[in-house]
Amino acid sequence: MKVAVIRFPGSNCDQDAFHSINDDLHLKAEYVWHEDTSLGGFDAVFIPGGFSYGDYLRCGAMASCAPIMNEVARFVKEGRPVIGVCNGFQVLCEAGLLPGALLLNEAQKFVCKDVFLMPINRTSFWTQGVDHALRIPIAHGEGRYVCDTETLERLKDGNKIAFRYVNQEGQATPEANPNGSVDNIAGVLNEQGNVLGVMPHPERATRAICGSTDGLQILQSLARIGVLA
Amino acid sequence: MTAPRAIIRPMAAITTEVYTSMGLIRDEYALILKLLGREPSYTELGMFAVMWSEHCGYKFSRPVLAAFKKYKEALEGEGLENAGVVDIGDGLGVTMKVESHNHPSAVEPYQGAATGVGGIIRDILTMGARPIALLNSLRFGPIEGDEVPAEVIDRNRYLFEHIVAGIAGYGNCVGVPTVGGEVGFHKRYSGNPLVNAMCVGMLKLDEITTASASGAGNPVIYLGSATGRDGIHGATFASAELDEESESKRPNVQIGDPFAEKLLIEATLEALQTGAIVAIQDMGAAGLTCSTIEMASKGKVGMSVNLDKVPMREADMSGYELMLSESQERMLAVAHKGREHEVLNVFHKWGLQAVVIGEVTGDGLVTVTRFGELEAKIDPTLLTDHCPTYQIPAAVPAYHKEAAAFKPESVPEADIRKSLLNLLAQPEIASKRWVFQQYDQEVQTQTMVRPAQGDAAVMAPRGTGKGLALKIDGNSRWTYLDPYTGGQLAVAEAARNVACTGAMPRAVTDGLNFGNPQDPEVFWQFKEAVQGIADAAEAMGTPVISGNVSFYNESELGEVPPTPLIGMLGVHEHADRAIGLGIPGGKCQLGLLWCPLRKVPHEGLGASSLLAYVHGKETGLPVPPDLEKELALCKLLAEAADSGWIVGAHDCSDGGFAVALAEMAIALGSGLSARLPGEAFNYTSRADARLFGELPGRVLVSLANEPGSKRLEARAREMGLGFVSNLGESTEPGVLRVVDTNESVHEWTLSELQSAYERSIPSLMAH
Repeated sequence: MKVAVIRFPGSNCDQDAFHSINDDLHLKAEYVWHEDTSLGGFDAVFIPGGFSYGDYLRCGAMASCAPIMNEVARFVKEGRPVIGVCNGFQVLCEAGLLPGALLLNEAQKFVCKDVFLMPINRTSFWTQGVDHALRIPIAHGEGRYVCDTETLERLKDGNKIAFRYVNQEGQATPEANPNGSVDNIAGVLNEQGNVLGVMPHPERATRAICGSTDGLQILQSLARIGVLA
Repeated sequence: MTAPRAIIRPMAAITTEVYTSMGLIRDEYALILKLLGREPSYTELGMFAVMWSEHCGYKFSRPVLAAFKKYKEALEGEGLENAGVVDIGDGLGVTMKVESHNHPSAVEPYQGAATGVGGIIRDILTMGARPIALLNSLRFGPIEGDEVPAEVIDRNRYLFEHIVAGIAGYGNCVGVPTVGGEVGFHKRYSGNPLVNAMCVGMLKLDEITTASASGAGNPVIYLGSATGRDGIHGATFASAELDEESESKRPNVQIGDPFAEKLLIEATLEALQTGAIVAIQDMGAAGLTCSTIEMASKGKVGMSVNLDKVPMREADMSGYELMLSESQERMLAVAHKGREHEVLNVFHKWGLQAVVIGEVTGDGLVTVTRFGELEAKIDPTLLTDHCPTYQIPAAVPAYHKEAAAFKPESVPEADIRKSLLNLLAQPEIASKRWVFQQYDQEVQTQTMVRPAQGDAAVMAPRGTGKGLALKIDGNSRWTYLDPYTGGQLAVAEAARNVACTGAMPRAVTDGLNFGNPQDPEVFWQFKEAVQGIADAAEAMGTPVISGNVSFYNESELGEVPPTPLIGMLGVHEHADRAIGLGIPGGKCQLGLLWCPLRKVPHEGLGASSLLAYVHGKETGLPVPPDLEKELALCKLLAEAADSGWIVGAHDCSDGGFAVALAEMAIALGSGLSARLPGEAFNYTSRADARLFGELPGRVLVSLANEPGSKRLEARAREMGLGFVSNLGESTEPGVLRVVDTNESVHEWTLSELQSAYERSIPSLMAH
């Protein structure tokens, strides 16, 4: 089992994802350069956070056209697991591999703090191990998830909302919503359920010394790949 | 290409007007003529002007900075590089530095602050270290009240908003967490905010790089972004006072590209691993001039540079412009001859420019050509070693004498209840959540104690069990009223702050922000403060390993209060035993540790926040620290955390005991009940001086258990420190209750404290 951590110029959570998977989960991750054209030998893809290509255009827009993204699209189509965190979520939306888009936070400011996430879908590859609210950090300027009403209904009806922002008591209140996302949405799944996009950073919550290991709840799904194969 | 002409012709006739516009005075120009034995070319003159500016040449500060022992040794010995690295064991080193970007931020707050962050990151990077943490210290004019006109308040809010955004915009993008900082306000920062950024890096001790060029024939490589016309003479701009013309200097401010910086970090660290790099330096202040001159001078070699090869944003740039530009995200390296392609390949992979622009020469001269013409041919040591220094007469200002004559009985006793709520809501003291939530505090996943969780940030770097405690701190009111004591207090408090997380303080970097040093009263402030820092650093065993001086911080409203900032590194032998303020939500038993003081001038009210904010008076003298006891206190805190006797600690600072206690209650989210122990408060008969007096060396500790308290008590006695284990405890109802030594009881609800403390800055900055 080997996870590809995609490195775009300007990715800055690539090393965190790498260490999280290798050192904390004790699984295997390797970097894959944005100009590469093959994901041969890999079983899952992690698209990390950061500011790919500086994000001087719309966040994730440049990265969605990088050579490696054709391979990522193939991966998605084949039903293999792909996760995009923060900027990685933006990249997946821009690439059309996830529905919706991420806009500037409602408060117009970057925000970094811990949030609580309630797993909504609990059956997909990525979320079946999650059985309680998670405390995980966010760090983004453009994390307000939006989509049209039709898409939102489809997400709801199809059980494709992965996580909602909630308060400590587990309620999806407006105060618990850190960026103004529609319906408190923090993460969504694609139709097939193999692609997860989340704004909060599970890879930042895998070391007890840094305050929370709740991110393992999501990333531990990767351990099942070997077993399933 | 034709051979360069041997004789340098000035591009323009050098008149008094020309050199004074570059910031040089007549005697300095005369010295240049003497050193060269001829008239300089226009480009050479510009090179002298920047290298001899205060920003690069330290011409006013150098004689004073000799008070820093390690700095003096380094200047006389091997150079500053190794001096700037702290050995933390396991073959690992930590390096850190502060840099100011005050003037650029005053005229263009977002870019000024952003590029300040970028510059200090590159300073750390060129040591061969990976930048692992950023901190910053900011000062602004008032953002409320009637001390200054409404339009000045608006401008101050604008500067506050955009400087914070600039730091966030840059730091968040480059992927280095901003883990700590502080923000202060005073009317005399109006128009001249202070922006000091600190960066901390980690490296393997056997991989420290040098900036000393060597090896005739070795290629000189230009790395990073192209050179444009931005920031020309930025260093000179930093070395003059701001005036109404400053706005026209907006083009002197560089534009930052954090994306390029991120690539530069990764490419540089990767290129250093090839072993093909001999020496490397940032192109920061004074750009190509500073990097070529300093690298050649340090290595006692020459260097020839063909400016035509420099990547440029505009093809028609002159030699003068290329040498003086301060475009960001650039570096200069010397590679081993024949291995330059290894360096070039790495940079090209990361999409960065890397071009050989010259070579190291054996003639000891820096030779610069443009369009085949000689622009400069100069002995680099003339610029680095012959910068004149000035001994300015120091004069004690009248205000200091008045402060010494302050009589506490001249101010009425303050209302305790109202004063605490007032102080907690002062932007200087209030929660800075509005600020630090805009910073990515966690990228790199090594941040253990975050802002508002402890008195210092704690990093738990991967690959070692050790921890690093980091702090930047300074109190300009204390320093203004008594610069020597203020300097000492700054070191003692920063040390205490890192010790409050359980770390032993190890080293200091400083950011010294003052007015015009040619003013004898300002020079006195500077000299006294530096001496205070040097003496305290020596006593605490925390050498000053690096630093920055920023003068000419003045505007129409006069010079800024003297603001020396202390960046402190503490080391935890076991990161997992580091502590914060306490355990939120849990039960706690509070104790008080203190340094008994022989003398408490002005009953602890001098230079205090209470006097400033409740009585509107800036006078009296701050209480000097007992450095021997401060060191004992730090040792005991480190021992207590490591032994598990305490689970939280918080220093009493601005606003004294009562503010510290309220901050603890807010952080723990718990009601607290406390009784003042008489033996710690017998320095005064005033209730307000007990609750709000600012005495150094006092720490609230959250005790783990009874046996731990007993051990702590015994150790405190042995070390000559004061300690009580029954100061107070957490209580169920959300009330802070304080019983004074005279048995009077003061109460506040937790929610009124939280509201004053948490809502102050967000409500002032809402629009």
